[in-house]
Amino acid sequence: MNRKASPRSPLGKDCLWAFFVGGSICLLGEGLRTLYGRAGFVLTDAAALTSVTLVALSAVLTALGWYQKLASRAGAGTLVPITGFANAVVSPAIEYRVEGLVTGVGAKMFVIAGPVIVWGMMASVVWGVVYYFLRPMMGG
Amino acid sequence: MPRRTGGTLFFDRPAAVMGYAAVGGKREAEGPLADGFDLLEKDTTFGQKTWEQAESRMQSLCAELVLRRCGIGAEGVDLLFGGDLENQCAASNYTMRALQIPFVGLYNACATMAEGLALSACFVSTGLARRAMALTSSHFCAAERQYRFPLEYGGKRTPTSQWTATAAGGVVLSGSGSGPYLRAVTFGKVMDFGIRDTSNMGAAMAPAAASTLLAYFRDSGRDPEEFDRIYTGDLGAVGSALAMQLCEREGLRLDKLHEDCGLLLYDRGRQQVGAGGSGAGCSAAVLCSHILPQFRTGALHRVLFVGTGALMSPTTALQKESIPGIAHLVAIEDA
Repeated sequence: MNRKASPRSPLGKDCLWAFFVGGSICLLGEGLRTLYGRAGFVLTDAAALTSVTLVALSAVLTALGWYQKLASRAGAGTLVPITGFANAVVSPAIEYRVEGLVTGVGAKMFVIAGPVIVWGMMASVVWGVVYYFLRPMMGG
Repeated sequence: MPRRTGGTLFFDRPAAVMGYAAVGGKREAEGPLADGFDLLEKDTTFGQKTWEQAESRMQSLCAELVLRRCGIGAEGVDLLFGGDLENQCAASNYTMRALQIPFVGLYNACATMAEGLALSACFVSTGLARRAMALTSSHFCAAERQYRFPLEYGGKRTPTSQWTATAAGGVVLSGSGSGPYLRAVTFGKVMDFGIRDTSNMGAAMAPAAASTLLAYFRDSGRDPEEFDRIYTGDLGAVGSALAMQLCEREGLRLDKLHEDCGLLLYDRGRQQVGAGGSGAGCSAAVLCSHILPQFRTGALHRVLFVGTGALMSPTTALQKESIPGIAHLVAIEDA
């Protein structure tokens, strides 16, 4: 009964928004990396600089309130790229500023991104162990 | 003597509505009920540093407006029933710190206004208070940071989610006066539909709304057609449809009379509010900006006002508990 009465998310429309906005962010990243490459940076440095630029851009847009406006339509398109991670850290930092620098910003900054860091690191540790044992067999 | 039949209380000397006021924020100012508000503030900080202070300021402004409309001071009110959505009802506590009226703090989510009105009616119509005030508020920004995410966090809202109103409403009831009167009240029971989705509060509240409405009509023996309107607040689009279906299953057809405060406060086509408005201030503001003024103009004579609350706790929601719902009913009549 509840399922019948509750409208579903418009999946097709949401997917298109996510695809094009997420794709555009990645395209922007690709463009930045090419530019950094042309400016004379080696590939790894250019990639790192691209991430830094996107994070900085997302932080500024979050502070201006624009990132949230875009995300309310783009959904996963703005959540999955690195810009979404930056938004998840910057937004609580702004929100909890009034509760103080330590007990507010410090305590709440990773309230959304924290689980990603905890379980992301955990997964990489587990994979590291697996890889340690697999590597001799792979002849590396 | 007041009479009790089943779960409904009937008052032979009913309390009269003496005065009321509604205050709202920016989105409410852009909504279809804007003209009925006594004060609309485009700056939703209400000139304060924190959202909690902003909500308290909004509530204080509302209380001042109600008192001014009644032509009385704070000392003229014997008892105030108030509440909001913040932890420990913080907004109300700070309002009452300045107001200095004996205070009963309430929490029933979006049903708080109906709860406060019903309790005020009990005290005034039995002479335990000469005048009592019901006062509630909610603030979108204060509620978001407590129940959901930081404001600037880029998240997507599902179509069933409801938008917490930035609004406050207050009503003073008096033992004497020319009405409209609060003739009867039904305090509801907590009902649970097993809904775990905190973005679908309408569905969580629907069985409580149906249960309380069915109880009232069973206890009073009245016909729904005797009423001009039946207002629920705030079931939103999803909860309204479900509540009507649940009533109809029990043989009570209300869909022609029914309106929902969450659907009245905003224009869902134009304003992105999901399934409609919600929050302790939503039904309170609709009552004071839209329903009670229509008694004054003679457009309404008899209505049922049913506050519905999703008693959601962010902690128990994370613990996979379902959301309990509650609904309280107040019968408002002009004679």
